[in-house]
Amino acid sequence: MFDVRTVCRDFPILHTLIDGKPLVYLDSTATSLKPRIVLDTMNDYYTKYTANINRGIYKISEIATAGYENAREKIAVFIHAKDAREIIFTRNATESINLIFYAWAKQHLTPKDEVITTIMEHHSNFVPWQQLHLQQDVKLKIWNVDKEGQLDLHDLDKLVTRRTKLLAITAVSNVLGTINPIKDIVKKVKRVNSSCVILVDAAQAVPHMPINIVNWGADAVAFSGHKMLGPTGIGVLWAKMDLLEKLPPYQYGGDMIKEVHIDQTIFNDVPQKFEAGTPHIAGIIGLGAAVDYLSKLGMDSVRSHEKEITKYALDGLSSIKGIMIVGPKDVAKRGGVIAFTMKGIHPHDVAQVLDEDNVCIRVGFHCAQPLHEYLKIGPTARASFYIYTTKEDIHALVKGLEKVTSIFK
Amino acid sequence: MDMYRELILDHYKHPRNFGPLKNYNASAQAYNATCGDRIRMEIKTAKGKINDIRFSGDGCAISQASASMLTEKVKNMDIDAVMKLTTDDIFALLETTLTPSRIKCAVLPLEVLQKAINNV
Repeated sequence: MFDVRTVCRDFPILHTLIDGKPLVYLDSTATSLKPRIVLDTMNDYYTKYTANINRGIYKISEIATAGYENAREKIAVFIHAKDAREIIFTRNATESINLIFYAWAKQHLTPKDEVITTIMEHHSNFVPWQQLHLQQDVKLKIWNVDKEGQLDLHDLDKLVTRRTKLLAITAVSNVLGTINPIKDIVKKVKRVNSSCVILVDAAQAVPHMPINIVNWGADAVAFSGHKMLGPTGIGVLWAKMDLLEKLPPYQYGGDMIKEVHIDQTIFNDVPQKFEAGTPHIAGIIGLGAAVDYLSKLGMDSVRSHEKEITKYALDGLSSIKGIMIVGPKDVAKRGGVIAFTMKGIHPHDVAQVLDEDNVCIRVGFHCAQPLHEYLKIGPTARASFYIYTTKEDIHALVKGLEKVTSIFK
Repeated sequence: MDMYRELILDHYKHPRNFGPLKNYNASAQAYNATCGDRIRMEIKTAKGKINDIRFSGDGCAISQASASMLTEKVKNMDIDAVMKLTTDDIFALLETTLTPSRIKCAVLPLEVLQKAINNV
């Protein structure tokens, strides 16, 4: 187990004061804070070897290219991908999912086909499939959650058929915290239909727990760099090589080509085929540094720490008058995110009062409006945790919520 | 920033002019889907003035308090004057500065009221 105080020292923003008070950051599900090493690594690119990657013969271009491909290797190892060429860099998890939508689903699926998604999805993994249904008449089935916010695997018996071509599912819900048993789900689906493509939104999983995509058995996995200590503007799509090889390019331009003649073009191999134009080079190299940092802590330790903090938070919050927490009560079944409502008090007001003491939580629908509609609840407040969250942060949250109840009683 | 001063909390907990209005001659409502604030205004107008007004809805303290204070202000006001009210007038009513993300909450009741007047 790592020492959270030592970790906190690595994060410059945790040593700044806002209005004379320290930051109590409880919104890592929205984006994570960044350790100094990631920032320094990115700054090094911009100060010591600023060059475009590929085909620059001069020294700093070679260094930039090596840093870029090194990051690709690191990420492959981090998620246990067998082949680093299966790692494609995108802007974020949303773009990763949209790559599958545009390069595969839109072209491939017809009204004879069926797509399954869940009610707990982030808009990035819900809207594309909804639109596929509305625009192209592909049948859409929505897998609903139970009262605890969990999926019942028995539902798959009714949902999956020989016509099911895609299951788009999140590994961890950014509202409920529910951890979905991806390996078991994939097994069950592939038993009925081995050709069904399974796309996993792992944006809330990869940063927070050990992930082995081979073990999962999914066909494609999307996640974002900025949620795992990396910078914004960088995301990853991992997908099976034989799927990627079959797909047409998603964007046309430089780098995704081998040869361009006046009358025809020969496209590049995977992964460059899907990486047109100059990428966020500093971002990718920075993400590589973030992966190093997390690997050093050990993802088992990351998960243990979060489980401990989440349990501590669930205990502390249970004493708040009028609070209703959504999602599984069992901390083993949930990630480090707690969404809640307070009877008679609007989440905006909750967040505003907490902000007076620099306690940062998010409010609204968290890009999961269908879930809120299904649960018949209005907007929620949400606190979320990561490697730098301390018990003192939780005390500040609980104290803040007690202040809220006294102001609005 | 002390947004939850007595004034706003008072209007939030004890809203003035809350509820349905009998024989209203114009109404409008709006729902802010991103945050769940909802305001409905029902007005009775005559000879270019607002004779009576009620609001209903639910949402955050800023939106509901703003609605309550607005209805107090506009009773017996000329409709032309009401249509000229701006965001700054709302800030003056609330007697506080607002963070950018809350301005939408505060201004929602005014937007709904001006929409209602257009429906007369």
